[in-house]
Amino acid sequence: MAIVNNKPGVLNRVASLMRARNFNIESLAVSVTERSDTSRMTLTIVGDEVHVEQAAKQLYKLIDVLKVQDVTDESIVEHEFALIKVRATKRTRPEIVSVAEMHRSKVVDLGDEAVIVEAVGEPTEIDTLVELLREFGIKELVRTGSVVMSRGSGSIEEQVKR
Amino acid sequence: MTQAGHVPGAGTPAASAAERARRDMLRDARVTARDGVRPRIGADALCEAILLQGSDTIWGYPGGVILPLYDVLVDHPELRHILVRHEQAASHAADGYARASGNVGVCLGTSGPGATNLVTGIGTAMLDSVPVVVITGNVPNALIGKDAFQEIDITGITLPMTKHNYLVRSADEIPHVIAEAFHLARSGRPGPVHVDITKDALMGETKATHPSVAEIEAGLPGYKPKLDGHPRQIKLLAEAIAGAKRPVILAGHGVLIAGAERELLELARTAHIPITWTLLGIGVIDETDPLAYGYMGMHGWKHVNRAIQSADLLIGIGMRFDDRVTGNVRTYAPKAKIVHIDIDPAEIGKNVVADLPIVGDAKHVLDALLPLVTKVDPATRADYFAELATWRTESEGSSWHGSGGFREGVLSADFVVDRIAAGSNFDANLTADVGQNQMWVARYGSFRRANSHLSSGGLGTMGFALPAAMGAAVAVPEKVSWAIAGDGGFQMTLQELATIVQERIPVKIALMDNKKLGMIRQWQEIVYGGNYHSEQLAGPDYLKLCEAYGLPAWKVSKPEEVDAAVAAALAADGPALIWFEIAERQNVYPMMPAGKGLSDLIDKWGDDGEDVTEGATGPRVDPMDPTSGGAK
Repeated sequence: MAIVNNKPGVLNRVASLMRARNFNIESLAVSVTERSDTSRMTLTIVGDEVHVEQAAKQLYKLIDVLKVQDVTDESIVEHEFALIKVRATKRTRPEIVSVAEMHRSKVVDLGDEAVIVEAVGEPTEIDTLVELLREFGIKELVRTGSVVMSRGSGSIEEQVKR
Repeated sequence: MTQAGHVPGAGTPAASAAERARRDMLRDARVTARDGVRPRIGADALCEAILLQGSDTIWGYPGGVILPLYDVLVDHPELRHILVRHEQAASHAADGYARASGNVGVCLGTSGPGATNLVTGIGTAMLDSVPVVVITGNVPNALIGKDAFQEIDITGITLPMTKHNYLVRSADEIPHVIAEAFHLARSGRPGPVHVDITKDALMGETKATHPSVAEIEAGLPGYKPKLDGHPRQIKLLAEAIAGAKRPVILAGHGVLIAGAERELLELARTAHIPITWTLLGIGVIDETDPLAYGYMGMHGWKHVNRAIQSADLLIGIGMRFDDRVTGNVRTYAPKAKIVHIDIDPAEIGKNVVADLPIVGDAKHVLDALLPLVTKVDPATRADYFAELATWRTESEGSSWHGSGGFREGVLSADFVVDRIAAGSNFDANLTADVGQNQMWVARYGSFRRANSHLSSGGLGTMGFALPAAMGAAVAVPEKVSWAIAGDGGFQMTLQELATIVQERIPVKIALMDNKKLGMIRQWQEIVYGGNYHSEQLAGPDYLKLCEAYGLPAWKVSKPEEVDAAVAAALAADGPALIWFEIAERQNVYPMMPAGKGLSDLIDKWGDDGEDVTEGATGPRVDPMDPTSGGAK
């Protein structure tokens, strides 16, 4: 995860760096932080330790990147949000609802031919739910990518020196 | 450095007085301009900001949207604008200016094609960590993104090849952005910073003041170069040095950037360690020093590569274990504990795995290390140094045309480089181009002082020599500036002959003409089985060319003519060129083929020290003449 300046073009700098250095971004989530002048990015990069460390170091070289933390081996809360539009009939609808409820998810839209399931949780939990829903037929799927936060009292935002 | 040094007849009392009078007149003119005749605009703030940063030279080329700046240049007479003939040359000249002086170089172009022409020089500066501030104009704010005339997304283009870049849309931003750009360009690991300024910002009225260094730093919370190495790691290095039997220092550009040559030498003397260097590390030590062992790598000396391959401790300082340095990393320095000192944390572990990494500025780290280093009695390393000396004798004897030519009296390139260096009392700045000439300069330039060797190492930019030597000549007028270029690279930027004549920039050009793209021909011979293509290179009659441009030139094709020509070129007032007709098929040996290791050097030199390459001494081929086998 990284704290960056909230300025135009910063996302482009990060994406361009990752492309140029041949790192593949698995997922990316960007949002505001507690401070309006900074944004927070959560990047998921798949690779061995050296590869991920190199990605973090290269990110740090960007002037607009204020803090980078590799949380691969840290104690964190990692959550992702997904919306899944599932094909539904009168007969399968209750089944879909119960599958969703069993996975800490809920149905947020109920139609004659489809329902939208909203899921929040660890990426693997969402993977499982998607697998289960696949047998009903998935019409559409959107996932935000992971957002993470370290457990305990430490704060990446407070580590940004000013 | 004073501007008087830039102008013809500099230093003479008459010239100085005239120059002073001109400046006073211009300064008065500016004061008048500021006296209510016209308001201060963004372009004024830009000129002030550059001067405040200690730069007094802009290499540039005007164009539509940058004209507001040219409109006020007359009011800033301390700022010398040098009009080049192509923006690429402006970027290389700013680069050469920075490499030779250590000051930030500044280049300038207009929007669109002016800006894209600067890109090659930006990439060159980026790969070699050279502090350059690149300024481009852009179309008015309202036209940005509208595909206006000469509009291109230049900040999008330079983003991956600059340390940082900016798009400035208002005059009020200019003082801060320019100061920040200079700060970023020269601090930490240096590099090019690009500032794109819209026409509105250049023309807008502003009262914005120039920030202090503290204010600049406060505005950069994400930028904290780490100068001091970790004390525990430094202590471990001192211990490793104490325990080593065959230590080797490999010094790079970072040592020169940090100005740590003296500390490096002290380390080598205290612990009695031979110093080797990378291409951009040339000049870290006087090459005649007993502890100076040599240039290593793909075309480095065989004995130096051998020393690295047999080392038990390899101390890399301010370098990045580039592929031209290591060859195949799996077979690189197999017996050595590798120490890697560099200011850029991302370099550690990028190319080779360091057993002992130290992140920090070379000078800071060496300063902290020196008190911890145990004095080593040279006698305890006598066997090691005796072996190194034997290797050196063998390898130097087999790679050098000391007599000046091949069997048939054909001029050899190594001899020419040696005579240029000697004829300039080993005190000139030598700027190489790219290809065989670059390797000959690196191997035979006999460098004695820091920042006297300029070469496009990382990007390998042909056409670099002449414009970069131009920059060096202006930045360090007290030293002779040679551009040593092959006929390929020279023909890429020879339009700058007009610049050096117009501006009286005393660059001495050594054109190493083998009527070939020599390194291409060498690779096609060795790597592609003699399947030659597009390596024959026709060129003009360079004497007529120089006559047309108005600079003195000499043609040399025999070894015995070299010294006189070098002396004549040096004696010439202003720029001059020597056209060396060198051996057409001389290869640079040894050579490490791509993908191979430092122990796999190809060395075709025969036992008697003669080049046994087929055709090395064959008849000359005229590329213009189909009957001589030149046309393809």
